[in-house]
Amino acid sequence: MSVDIDDNSKFTEYAHPERVVTTDWLAGQLATGNPGRIVVIESDEDVLLYDTGHIPGAVKVDWHLDLNDPVRRDYVNGERFAQVLGERGIGRDTTVIIYGDKSNWWAAYALWVFTLFGHEDVRLLDGGRAKWIAEGREITREVPAQTGVAYPVVQRNDAPIRAFKDDVLAHLGQPMVDVRSPGEYSGELLHMPDYPQEGAMRGGHVPGARSVPWARAAAEDGTFRSRAELEAIYLTEQGLGPSDDIVAYCRIGERSSHTWFVLTHLLGFDNVRNYDGSWTEWGNAVGVPVEVGAR
Amino acid sequence: MTQGDVTVDLPESLESIAQDFAALSARDRLILLLDFSDELPELPERYQGHAELLERVDECQSPLFLAVEVDGAQGAAALQDATVHLFFQAPPEAPTTRGFAGILHEGLNGLTVGEVLAVPDDAPYRFGLGDAVSPLRLRGMVAMLSRIKRQIRIRSAD
Repeated sequence: MSVDIDDNSKFTEYAHPERVVTTDWLAGQLATGNPGRIVVIESDEDVLLYDTGHIPGAVKVDWHLDLNDPVRRDYVNGERFAQVLGERGIGRDTTVIIYGDKSNWWAAYALWVFTLFGHEDVRLLDGGRAKWIAEGREITREVPAQTGVAYPVVQRNDAPIRAFKDDVLAHLGQPMVDVRSPGEYSGELLHMPDYPQEGAMRGGHVPGARSVPWARAAAEDGTFRSRAELEAIYLTEQGLGPSDDIVAYCRIGERSSHTWFVLTHLLGFDNVRNYDGSWTEWGNAVGVPVEVGAR
Repeated sequence: MTQGDVTVDLPESLESIAQDFAALSARDRLILLLDFSDELPELPERYQGHAELLERVDECQSPLFLAVEVDGAQGAAALQDATVHLFFQAPPEAPTTRGFAGILHEGLNGLTVGEVLAVPDDAPYRFGLGDAVSPLRLRGMVAMLSRIKRQIRIRSAD
C-alpha cells in the first residue's frame, strides 16, 4: 500500500486494519497537504447531500448515477467504471477513502462495488459523514476541480463476493444473514393498503437465514464496534465461523454491504458474498421458497 | 401527460418551475434542486411536535411528513375554489426529498382544490430530474403528489 495505514489501537484488532481510517487520521492527512495523494469519496443515499457540504477536496460517487447501470439492473461495466474513477482523479493505485451517510451504508456499498473491480486500496472512514460533522470538522460546498487521469478498463469479477438468485437457491441450508429490521425479516412490514409500493410482492425471509440487523455492528456514533464486540455477535451468538460460506442480503444490497464489510474486513471471514438482488428480487420472484415469522 | 391522447398541462406555477429546470444542464438542475431544498419553509408552530397531525410519506428514501389544509370548504361548488395550503417536514440530511417538497410547495401551495386535483400524476417527471437524480428517486415525489391529492379528496369530503 502506498499510503500508511491508520494504526489506531481499535483497528489493529481487526483482521484487516488497512481497511478503515479514523476522522483524526484523515484530518491529519489533509492538514499536511495530502502527501499520499489519496482521493476522498462521499457516497450517500441522498444524491444531493454531498452538495450541501462535504469534506474539503472530497468528490461524489452516487450509487444510482455512477455505480448502477442505467438500463439493466446491474452494476456498471468496466468502461463506465474506468470513466467514473478517471474523471475523479483516481488511478488504479490511488488510495481511496470512502465515507457517507447512514452509518456508511452507501460508502460500504461503493467499497463493495470497487472490490468487484478489484480496486486494491479502498478504505472506509469510521463513523462516516455524521462523525466528521459531529466533531465540528470543516465541510465545504466547494466542488474540487478535477484533473482526469487514466483508469484502466477492468472487467468486474463478481463471483467471489457477489451472489445472484440462483446462487442463493443453491446455497439454501448454508449460513445466510438477513440484515434487515426484525419487521422486514418476519414479513410483518410490507402491506400498506392504498399506497404506492416499490417493495416486494411477498414478505418474509429466505428460509434458514438468520436475522442479524446490520446496525448491531455499529455503535451509537456510527463507528464499527470493536472486534471483541463483533465476535460476540457473529461468532459466539450466531455460531458463524471465519471459513463458512456465507451469503448476506437486505432489500437492495446496501445494508448487507455494511455487514459484508464487517465480516470480510473486520472479522477476516474469507468467503462472504453479498446478494444484491436481495429482498426486492427474492420477494418478487415466482416460485422461490419464503419463510415468515420471527425465529 | 397523455391520458388517452390528451396531454394534461401543468398549472402555470409548476410549468414555470419546469421551464427553469429545462433550461439547465443536469449538473445545474441539481443545484437548483438544492436551492428548493434550502428554501423549503419550516413547519408552522401549530404542527411542531405534533407528528400525529402529519402524514408520513414512506416511499421517500428519507422520512418526509406532510400536512394539507383546505380553506373555506363549504358546499361542493365552492369547494373546487377553496385554497390549498401545504406543509412539509424533512430533515436537512435529506436534501433531495426536501427539494422535491420545495418544488411542490412553490408550485402548488395557494392553488385551488380543483387546480391541484387536476395536476397530472406524472408531473414529477417533467422537471428533467430523471438524468440528474435517477428516475427511481423520483418515485418519492410521485408519492408526495399522490398523497397530497388523496388528502385533499378526504378534506373535501368533510
